[in-house]
This record gives sequence, C-alpha cells and structure tokens, in this order.
Amino acid sequence: MKQDLYAIYSIWLREMLRFFRLKSRLFGSIASPFFFLAFLGIGFGNGASMPGIPSGVGYVSFLTPGIIGMTLLFSATFAGLSVLWDREFGFLKEIMVAPVSRIAIVLGRTAGGLTTGILQAVIILVSGILLGMTMPSLAGFLLSLVFMILIAATFIGLGLAFASKMEDMSGFSLIMNFLIFPLFFLSGALFPLDRFPAAIKALAYLNPLTYGVDGLRYSLIGTSALSPVADFGILGVSCVAMLFLGAYLFETTEVR
Amino acid sequence: MARIEKVNDITSGIGPVHEPQPLQARDGAAISMHGLTKRFGGMTAVDHIDLEIKKGELFGLLGANGAGKSTIIKMLTTMLKPTAGEARVWGHDVAKERNEVRSSIGVVFQDPAVDSMLTGRENLDFHGRMYGMDGPLRQKRINEVLELVDLTEKADIKMKDYSGGMQRRLEIARGLMHYPHVLFLDEPTLGLDAQTRRYIWQYIRNMNKEKGVTIILTTHYMEEADALCDHVAIIDSGKIVALDTPSNLKDMIGSDTVSLEVQSGAEALMLCLRSFPWIKSTVAANGILELMVDHAQSRIPEIMQEANKCGATITSVGLHKPTLEDVFLKYTGRKIRETGGAASLMGAMMMHRRRG
Repeated sequence: MKQDLYAIYSIWLREMLRFFRLKSRLFGSIASPFFFLAFLGIGFGNGASMPGIPSGVGYVSFLTPGIIGMTLLFSATFAGLSVLWDREFGFLKEIMVAPVSRIAIVLGRTAGGLTTGILQAVIILVSGILLGMTMPSLAGFLLSLVFMILIAATFIGLGLAFASKMEDMSGFSLIMNFLIFPLFFLSGALFPLDRFPAAIKALAYLNPLTYGVDGLRYSLIGTSALSPVADFGILGVSCVAMLFLGAYLFETTEVR
Repeated sequence: MARIEKVNDITSGIGPVHEPQPLQARDGAAISMHGLTKRFGGMTAVDHIDLEIKKGELFGLLGANGAGKSTIIKMLTTMLKPTAGEARVWGHDVAKERNEVRSSIGVVFQDPAVDSMLTGRENLDFHGRMYGMDGPLRQKRINEVLELVDLTEKADIKMKDYSGGMQRRLEIARGLMHYPHVLFLDEPTLGLDAQTRRYIWQYIRNMNKEKGVTIILTTHYMEEADALCDHVAIIDSGKIVALDTPSNLKDMIGSDTVSLEVQSGAEALMLCLRSFPWIKSTVAANGILELMVDHAQSRIPEIMQEANKCGATITSVGLHKPTLEDVFLKYTGRKIRETGGAASLMGAMMMHRRRG
C-alpha cells in the first residue's frame, strides 16, 4: 500500500517534470484552444446574441466553458494515450516491471493528466475572462473544478483504453480525426445543440463531453440546457466506467 | 532431472559426456523452468524449456536473434505470460505471484527503457520510488550505484544527451539499485564499442562476484558468454540444445588445430609426424598441413624441431583453439544433421575432425 502510494506519486511527479520541461508541448497544447476561443469570440463578438443562447449571455461567456471542455478533452486523451509514447520509447517496460499494482500505475497517470489538464483549463478560463466573459462566482468556479476533474478523468480512461490495445502509434491520427474531433464538435462547445437536426442531437447526447460542457456552463455562467444534477450524474457514471475500462485494458496489456 | 537428460541426449554420440554439476534442491534454485512455453499465434517462440539456475550464478542464454532468449527473459520478468508450463524466480511463480517476482528482480532490457527527458538522477529517483525506497535510502543508493558505473559526474544531465554506453551503464546501475536477488541483462552490450563493452563486462563480473547477485544474461556475442558466464545454455528455435560450462562445451568440440604452411617436404613431414602419439590426425591440402593436437601451444616447438629433422620448410604456423562460436555452430546446425544424416556437411566435418 505504501509502495503503491509512492508509485502514484512517482508517476505523477514524472508527468510534471516532463510537462514543464517540454515547453513546446505546453504551449502547443494550449495554443489551439486559445485560438478557437480568441478568434471565434472576437469574430462573433461578445454583444451579439446568437439564436439558442439565452438572452443576456454574451458569446464569449457561452464559448469559454465549451473551450475549457475542449482543452480537457484533448489534454486528457493525450495523457491517456501517452502510454503509447512510453511503449514506443521503451519506458513502459521500466514501469511495468516494477512491483506495484497496475491500478496504482493507472492512478498515477490519471493524477498527472488531471493536474496538467486542469492547469490548462484554468489558463483558458482566465483568457476567457480577459476576452470579456462574465466573472464567475467563487462557488461557481469551485463547482466547475469538479466538472473539470470528471471530464479529464473520463477521457484519460478513454485514452488509456485505446493505448492499451494499440501496438504502436500508427492509429494515432485515426483517433484524432475520427474520435477526438467529432467528440469536440458534437459536445455543444461552440454553439447550442438545438441547432443540430434531431439525429445528430441524439448522437450528441451519447457524448460524455456534452454533459461536461453543460455542467461547466451551469457552474461558470449560470445557464445550462440540462439540469446540473443530471449533468453531474451522467458524467460521473461515464467517468467511473471509462476509468475502469482503461484500467482493465491496461492491466491485461502485454509488453513485447 | 530434466536438465541432465537434456545434456546427455544432445551429447551422446557426439562428444565426451561430462559429469553434470550436482544440482541443488529445487528451492535452492534462483530460477527454475518446467516445460516453459510461449506461442505467438501459430509460432512457438519458446518450446518446453526445462532449466534450473543456481543462486549466485552468472548464467548465459546464448542464441541467434529470434532464437527465443528475449521471450524467455520477458516471461521470467512477468512482461509476458507463459502459454504453458511454469517458471519460478526466487521461489515465486511468474504467472501467479507477479509482484513477489518483480520485487526480487532487476532488469536491464535490450532496448533502452529510460525517460530521455529526465536526468540520470531523476530516472534513478523514479525507480527508487517505484520500488518503495524512502528518501534517505534512495539518495544513498543513487550515489552508490552512480559511483559503481562511473556516472557521478553525469548524473544531472538529461538522458537524451547520454551516449549509448553511458545510457546502458545507467540502466545497469538502475537495475541494481533496489538490491535485487536476480539481475536480468538482455543483450547488455548490444551495439556498444569494444572499449565500453569491456567496461560493462567488468561491472557485470563485479556485481556477481563481489555483491553476490545472481545474473542471467542473454547475448549473441559468443566471446561475451565465454568471458563472463559460469554456465551457458545455447538456445535454438526456442529449445535448449546445449547446457554446460563454456570450457566443457569447448572441450566437446575436440582438439586444437595447428595449421602449417609447408613450402617443401610436406609428404615427408607428414610421415615423420605420424610417430607422435599426441597428434590425433593430419590433413594435407593445398600446401597446408592441419594437425589435431591437444594443448597445441606447448607442442609447436616439437613440431618445428621435427620439421627441421625431416628437412621440411615451414613458412607459417597458425593455431586455432575451439571457441564457443564453434560450439554454437555445431549445436545450432544439428537439425540438418538429424534429418540429412551423413549428407550434412557440418556433421560430416565435425565427425571427421574429432575422430580423425
């Protein structure tokens, strides 16, 4: 048990060292959500109201929680998928041969991914406020952290599940283009889901990120399409399910 | 025991059978394998291996690339699950008691397994924590093992700036850091230059002789196995085809070969030399006279004197002692001989050499 705690800390610490050492990765991962936020926010303008957005809510206020969701989606999936990098560069063997439970390895990675993901999400939140988003209350901010954790953990689990089943990095762009981007566009991050036809809307409601973004909107700007309790419940279930799936598939992975 | 039968089976009719080393009781073995098998799809990478390795031994698994050495190591280090059979490391079952096995071993993998964005010290620090070592012990151990492999000066450089040899040394240091009972070294000197290689051999020897660590290494460098190992098992197509000490294996190959380049009087010299009982056979071809002789280095002066007496002119002398490479070729060529009988060139040559 003590050894497992050491291991979780050790894996988390490594993620931190790597994250802050790889400056290009730090800026690279924050750049694309920032550009989405800045260009869409400035382009559509904060004053003009968009159909489907409750009156009195500016577009930047509406967009920022969506872009926070996007940031978490990308950084968390990458954190899960980073097992692939470790497999490619051999370090996975060093981790797997250590006398620690596989669940501790998954928890260490999850802790690392949560930390870096939420750090980036907060940077986007601050950027949104600077671009004209209404200032959230402290309670709202704290509640948004809960949703951030749930979103990040869900997609770390998803990333881990994929990484455990992939032998190398050849499938990476497939995952990016056919999973991550659709999840992003189908989450209501950029505009209200009401604008989608019914069939696509149904797909969006299968996407955990939809509930995450909605919960973030409730927390940060006080408006949401669904009940925040439902958001929390559905996202919570998908989070636990994804983490178990990721941990299970990681447990059964063999290192050739 | 299976191990002895295997050796006898292989050597019968080929070379002198040596007294097998007395085996310790099973629980005294550092590693034991019984019918250990691994299949990937339809391909059998490791085929019913029976083997025991004693505590304190420096043991070599010798084989060509793809012979199954690394797969054996991966099963013993819990990286792969055996398809059939069982293996125990330091008394623990590799399939059922994986954490106990992992606590008992250190592993240096064939391919680099370091985080190149971290410094050497950070890599060791990570390792120490993963093995549950607390702060003061970790610091002490990191300094000790860095000292052992002469990397104290380079400890705070990122590993991406290490040379291949430095990186391998750090990995060896890391494998030792948590005081493992058994250290696995998978091709420890692959791709390293001759000098670095000698250094690493020295470290490996020290660890085994001074620290008493049981070491299992795989290699396809014959001279490496010869220089380091107490016992070697030659692996071919997932099976053990020979198992003994390097010197016993070499003795099985037979005598040394003395090659004489004779300018004139070869026929006469051959007749003269027939009178020496210690010359086991003579072959003459293209002005080269080949003699099979035991301890050839001490016989060369006599041969020279005899050549003078017979009036033969020798222009050069060559001496070839059997190497582990000869042993390896002999055993891994065995399949051809089994199926082709006397038609096998390799088998025929070996027979000829030995029996003269």
